[in-house]
Amino acid sequence: MIFITLLIIIMLIGAIVSCILKDLLSAVIVGGAVSLIAAILFYYLQAPDVAMAEASIGAALTTAIFVFAINKTKRLEENEENN
Amino acid sequence: MKKIISFVLLVIIFIGIYFAVSQIPYGKDKMSVSKHYLNNGVKENGASNIVTSVVLNYRGFDTLGELTILFIGAIGLGVVLFGFETKGKDIKSPSLILNAGSTFLFPFILLFGIYIFIHGHLSPGGGFQGGAVIASGFLISYLGYPKKRISEKGIHIVESLGGTLFILIGLLGLLLGGYFLSNILPKGTVNTLVSGGIIPLLYVLIGIKVGAELAGIIYKLME
Amino acid sequence: MDFLYHNIHFIGAFGLMFIGLYMIAVKKNLIKKIIGLGFVETGINLFLIIIGYIKNGTAPIFSKAGLDPARMVDPVPQALVLTAIVINVAILALALGLAIRLYGHYKTLNVEKIRGLKW
Repeated sequence: MIFITLLIIIMLIGAIVSCILKDLLSAVIVGGAVSLIAAILFYYLQAPDVAMAEASIGAALTTAIFVFAINKTKRLEENEENN
Repeated sequence: MKKIISFVLLVIIFIGIYFAVSQIPYGKDKMSVSKHYLNNGVKENGASNIVTSVVLNYRGFDTLGELTILFIGAIGLGVVLFGFETKGKDIKSPSLILNAGSTFLFPFILLFGIYIFIHGHLSPGGGFQGGAVIASGFLISYLGYPKKRISEKGIHIVESLGGTLFILIGLLGLLLGGYFLSNILPKGTVNTLVSGGIIPLLYVLIGIKVGAELAGIIYKLME
Repeated sequence: MDFLYHNIHFIGAFGLMFIGLYMIAVKKNLIKKIIGLGFVETGINLFLIIIGYIKNGTAPIFSKAGLDPARMVDPVPQALVLTAIVINVAILALALGLAIRLYGHYKTLNVEKIRGLKW
């Protein structure tokens, strides 16, 4: 139970970090890590089919198509002026 | 200023959702539909994996709708990026380890994906998971050889064939059984490879279709 | 503290949805908004599986002959979430195709410059 609590806290911290980073490639890779921790949580909730689907589709293929899209556009987020 | 107002509004929305959701019991017993599926699932279908029999036999029509949405998504991507030349950054030529490694790994990854969707009704797995593994095999073969590719016409033909055969088997069930996607083949003994009626056949078709579709999406975004 | 410890699963799922909605509403870059869309989908799938869980339950597969069907978890939400995960990847692929096309025409990915949005 302590282990699951620790995993959920790390997942939320990872989502907040992905919101703050300015480099889009790093933000996408942290998003893939959040998907991987969600797949581990699915296994602990006794759902092996869903864990396999989330690990293969959510963590691997989604990150791959994001990287291809960033290759064709910009890599760094633009700086914002005053709000 | 805008950030603070959005944050406060979202907090108010989520407090409202908490009051609505806190009535749901957590960790209590199941509903009566699930009890019926669990108690009578093996007798009526012959498949040991109850999630498979729910996806393909009890709720088979929803799976047909989901295959249609995936098909529309792939066609939409082809329409949006049609004839669009873009100057992305050049991909460097791959090193020797990537070249040799991708040549060696590609048939094993295909074999693993085929194993996953053939045993969908006996152990955790199924068509969607096996199709995703096959698509990752195509991805690594592209990273090793960026210039050579499997022909795109072949991938489109395989994908359309998978969808058409799925619908034809359903219509055959309508002719012989009385309703769409009824189970017409014999059920066999539980926990063997040939069991469960048409369920393994449908999962093989779904696995081939989803694998070819996701590989087509990746090829379209790569050019 | 006790309240947080017993409901940690729900806090995880709804926290992920909260962060995803915040990214869609506030960020200005188009690709950050699409990453937020992915987080909302993951949070919703997690919430659906949490509802179907039974304390000390097992997976719904009859691998041996004498397993007890009264202790297995609910199989119906798992079938629905399997469909939802595959639809999620189709949505993300179409959204990224539209973003690539917008970049080719306007040469920028900032929504304030594309549509003149002030809010």
